[in-house]
Amino acid sequence: MTDYNELLRNGVVKRRLLRKSTNVFMLGLTGALTLLALVPLFWIIGYVVYRGGSNINIALFTQMPRPMGVAGGGVLHAIEGSIIVTILATTFAVVPGVLAAFYASRNPNTPLGVALRFSTDVLSGVPSIIVGLFGYALIVKPEKHYSALAGGVALAVIMLPTIIRTTEEMLKLVPSNLREGSLALGAPEWKTSVSVLLPAALNGVITGVLLSVARAAGETAPLLFTTLGNDRFDVGAIVSSGITNHQSIFAIIGRIFNSPIDSLPLTLWKYAQQPYPERVNQAWAVAFVLLVLVLATNIIARVWIELRKRKLRG
Amino acid sequence: MEMNIAIKENDNLKMDGDIRIKVKAHHLSVYYGKFRALTDINMEIQERKITAIIGPSGCGKSTLLRSFNRMNDLTPSARIEGEIELDEEDIYGNNVDVVDVRRRIGMVFQRPNPFPKSIYDNVAYGPRLYGIHQRGVLDGIVESSIKQAALWDEVKDKLHQSGMSLSGGQQQRLCIARALAVQPEVILMDEPASALDPISTLRIEELMHDLAKNYTIIIVTHNMQQAARVSDFTAMMMIDETRSGRMIEYNSTNIIFTRPEDKRTEDYVTGRFG
Repeated sequence: MTDYNELLRNGVVKRRLLRKSTNVFMLGLTGALTLLALVPLFWIIGYVVYRGGSNINIALFTQMPRPMGVAGGGVLHAIEGSIIVTILATTFAVVPGVLAAFYASRNPNTPLGVALRFSTDVLSGVPSIIVGLFGYALIVKPEKHYSALAGGVALAVIMLPTIIRTTEEMLKLVPSNLREGSLALGAPEWKTSVSVLLPAALNGVITGVLLSVARAAGETAPLLFTTLGNDRFDVGAIVSSGITNHQSIFAIIGRIFNSPIDSLPLTLWKYAQQPYPERVNQAWAVAFVLLVLVLATNIIARVWIELRKRKLRG
Repeated sequence: MEMNIAIKENDNLKMDGDIRIKVKAHHLSVYYGKFRALTDINMEIQERKITAIIGPSGCGKSTLLRSFNRMNDLTPSARIEGEIELDEEDIYGNNVDVVDVRRRIGMVFQRPNPFPKSIYDNVAYGPRLYGIHQRGVLDGIVESSIKQAALWDEVKDKLHQSGMSLSGGQQQRLCIARALAVQPEVILMDEPASALDPISTLRIEELMHDLAKNYTIIIVTHNMQQAARVSDFTAMMMIDETRSGRMIEYNSTNIIFTRPEDKRTEDYVTGRFG
């Protein structure tokens, strides 16, 4: 017995070096590969910050573009446009998306539920340029002009799968006895969904919406066919002309929605291919702004969730 | 209630007033699709008593309990035969409102399921469903419900904190308070203490004793000692050869646990199987 014990102890000592060196080697390997995987991420961010950051100035956010080849000016029109199109898209996508997710999670095995799930998967795989064509065929062609509205619809289609999927996943995580608890008090199904299930899943729903907003805000292809973009366009012009002509707020908003509009990704795409170095530099600056916006949206989503979680824990 | 005209032929039945049948199952069978989960259940449940339903897993205890407030309606394939009467009125009748049934027959679940809302809003959820919104009235209901659930001293200073922040046992008492807030007549409890530690379990059992002064309680439990400790009557269920649940014996708890008529009941309550 002692012999065996001795052998074991010797074995432990002998193998200690091998064990430790293997450990160090494998740890180093996984660490190095992790760094390698992070390289493209930080490379992209770093290069955009380097090229774009040096071209950031106040004028970029406050001024309209100057004529081609003239230095200075900004992309105020694109910032306005991006905000408006994204708000439109969110408005169109959130309600149907969340309702569809409720339906799918309650009736997963009905024909409509299966069809919904399947088409959501397909939709998320559709190339975004085709979604742009869809917006073109649905709104631009019949209306005979490009518009913010068409862009909003196209981006909403981009956002839908993410919203439906995340909401559905979150609803699945809500314990079924929460639903039963509400129904057992005599609450109708809709009331249970609105007052119990939705609040319980709200964190996830909001993350889903924010993530889809971040994705939609960076999309270019769907907007090519729908909003067109317009260097001279200025929401301010419509608003001021509307006010001087005593138009109602609805008429002004209607005109904004009905006009072509620019957006940050579209501007980036156009500026990057122009021969004027100042335009290319502005494209870098726009890339920087887009990157910051998307990162900020993601960070806000995550912080918000964390705060809500803490509040729920009490 | 003071008239002592109880039938004294069986003193084990601990009668202290006139016997009144609150809930009655009459030739009740429950089907899930083609499968008959419960077969021919007949039982009369006395008002303001605690009735326990015991039996091995899968014998249909929960199915039976969920038939009493029509929670089985939520399972699309479920269907019942026979009747369940509440105060001699068939709760599955054509002109019966399921919402009214569920208000009069409350339910407490196996796992505490407070809503992701404040303690106050959890308890006020039921009253608000029935259109009670005046702050003063709600405050009164919330306080008296939480007091009845023996939780008031622990939560009175934090009514606006999340119900999820409470301990498991407190959460379960919050769920009981939530059920009490709509003034039910019957409370169904589906293994209400199985997810709780022994101290919390004891508190729930003490609470059940207090509640039985005003409410009719039906409890499903796996825990034989619990059934023996808290209940006045015990129903023993088992599955038959077709895997359908049947009630094999129903009597006062005292008799079920000391001299049951059925051999299987005796084997079960003495721990020889199950």
